[in-house]
Amino acid sequence: MAIVTTQDVQHVALLARLALGDDELKKLAAQLDEILEYVRQLQAVSTDGVDPTSHALPLADITRPDQRLPSLPPEEALTLAPARHGHLVKVPKVID
Amino acid sequence: MDRLCTRTIHELRSLMDQGACDPQALLEELLEQIERLNPTLHAYITVDAERLRQRLEQRLRQGPRGKLFGIPITVKDNLCVQGEETTCASRILRNFRPPYTASAVERLCQAGAIIVPRANMDEFAFGSSTESSAYGVTRNPWDLERVPGGSSGGSACAVAADAAIAALGTDTGGSIRQPAAFCGVVGLKPTYGRVSRYGLIAFASSLDCIGPITKDVHDCALLLSVLAGYDPKDSTCAPVEVPDYVAAMQQPVQGLRFGVPNEYLIEAGIEPDVKAALEESCRALEQLGMQRVSVSLPHTSSAVATYYVVATAEASSNLARYDGVRYGARAATDGGSLLDMYQRTRADGFGTEAKRRIILGTYVLSRGYYDAYYLKGLKVRTLIKRDFDEALTHCDVLICPTSPTAAFRIGEKLDDPLQMYLSDIFTISANLAGIPALSMPCGLTTKGLPIGMQLMAGPFREETLLQAAYAYEQATEWHRRKPDLRPQTSDFRTGKEVGGVTDV
Repeated sequence: MAIVTTQDVQHVALLARLALGDDELKKLAAQLDEILEYVRQLQAVSTDGVDPTSHALPLADITRPDQRLPSLPPEEALTLAPARHGHLVKVPKVID
Repeated sequence: MDRLCTRTIHELRSLMDQGACDPQALLEELLEQIERLNPTLHAYITVDAERLRQRLEQRLRQGPRGKLFGIPITVKDNLCVQGEETTCASRILRNFRPPYTASAVERLCQAGAIIVPRANMDEFAFGSSTESSAYGVTRNPWDLERVPGGSSGGSACAVAADAAIAALGTDTGGSIRQPAAFCGVVGLKPTYGRVSRYGLIAFASSLDCIGPITKDVHDCALLLSVLAGYDPKDSTCAPVEVPDYVAAMQQPVQGLRFGVPNEYLIEAGIEPDVKAALEESCRALEQLGMQRVSVSLPHTSSAVATYYVVATAEASSNLARYDGVRYGARAATDGGSLLDMYQRTRADGFGTEAKRRIILGTYVLSRGYYDAYYLKGLKVRTLIKRDFDEALTHCDVLICPTSPTAAFRIGEKLDDPLQMYLSDIFTISANLAGIPALSMPCGLTTKGLPIGMQLMAGPFREETLLQAAYAYEQATEWHRRKPDLRPQTSDFRTGKEVGGVTDV
């Protein structure tokens, strides 16, 4: 039985800022369903009292001295922008 | 004499020291090989010969004259090289020219290497076949109808076809080791944190590693010595001392214990030729004085599921940055809103597998599913890591096949993502546990396709891996086998009569 519907994929696609066509939605829903069905085998593994591992190395709170260091000049950074206005990156209107 | 492009770094190094190898002649032979083979193999997305010649001239004039002086090293398309187009084989980064160079690449330059950029790969390293590249598939030099593996398929293919002297790959779930196995070369995923990732375009930040793909174990040790070490620009890079890997590799292996995890041999889908080659290799290791012990990794069957939750969750988060605002491609949306611009840019810029992983990753992180999928995955990851901690108290090295099968056919798994994911079963655990793992050639199937053996060791025990691998390599001839790419026997357009084996 399918648990992932095209509506679910539509919702997630909006969260991920991804426009998907009807065919893509259908195909992804079916594939996601199959993959998640496989993933659900993890529910059978007992993890009571087990801490999650988000990182394999025991490194934490890495800091560096609070010093000013050279960084990328704005002019150089802005050469990569698809659209610019002076020293700013230009995007479509956000507020009317 | 063998052509210079067929040589290893250490051979070229000693030829240069004797005055018997001119770096310019080396580069020209390499470029000739690339020009002849790349239209068919497509190991590189593009190669700019003139720029490479200029770079070499500058190197010859100004140095530095380090361990890799004048040696061309190929780099995967997800490692930033200042001013060079770097796209992660994605449309969304077409024309992206990074303003800085990745630390790993910088270290190669500091050692005198000539960087050859743009080895092909799966888009954003999402894949096990290099078929998801937005710039075309790479073919396996042993059989043009088959994939080179992935995601570092371009790097492994180029090294196997002598279209590279050595290469850098990246490995999130096997992306160095599996293509190395499919192409019959050596690939090492170092310990998480061993090599700086500054300037690597991120896929899954808790798993990604950069490592060498080489023609033999000696070159692997040599490149790791250059790449490894602390970098203040990467806060996940470990401040752990770097040993001399080339010296360590030559230590005797008598008394080293190796374990073959029981679960790995009963795994369904393992090809009989692969199993036989592994058994034969284990006997060879015993003859070298290593001792076989029995070990168990009880959570092996959960590894693929765990990996595809963790890796896609991290990927969906990392790929959120491609929004068409600051760099990369932006879709035209005449008068549309900012949201339209985001959605269209990402719809046009990402390929099918990238979209699939973004959707899957966003799903497992979304409200209502986070605990059931993502958090559960992180807990099972702890159990998998504990399995390795425990197994590695009984032995120094774990041995298993790199992949359950040899190279599969182009197109075979493209429409079946789950089958594609399952082909990573033996490699992904090392990423989840953060331990080093190496793949090396250990046989050929009856069809003449390379088989890879994987060696894994405890964190920062690369010396042990290289030591066992070097001893095995010295005792066998598999690393000398090369695909037959002679023009007179190969029809590069149809792939017919290709895939034979020659000894060199």
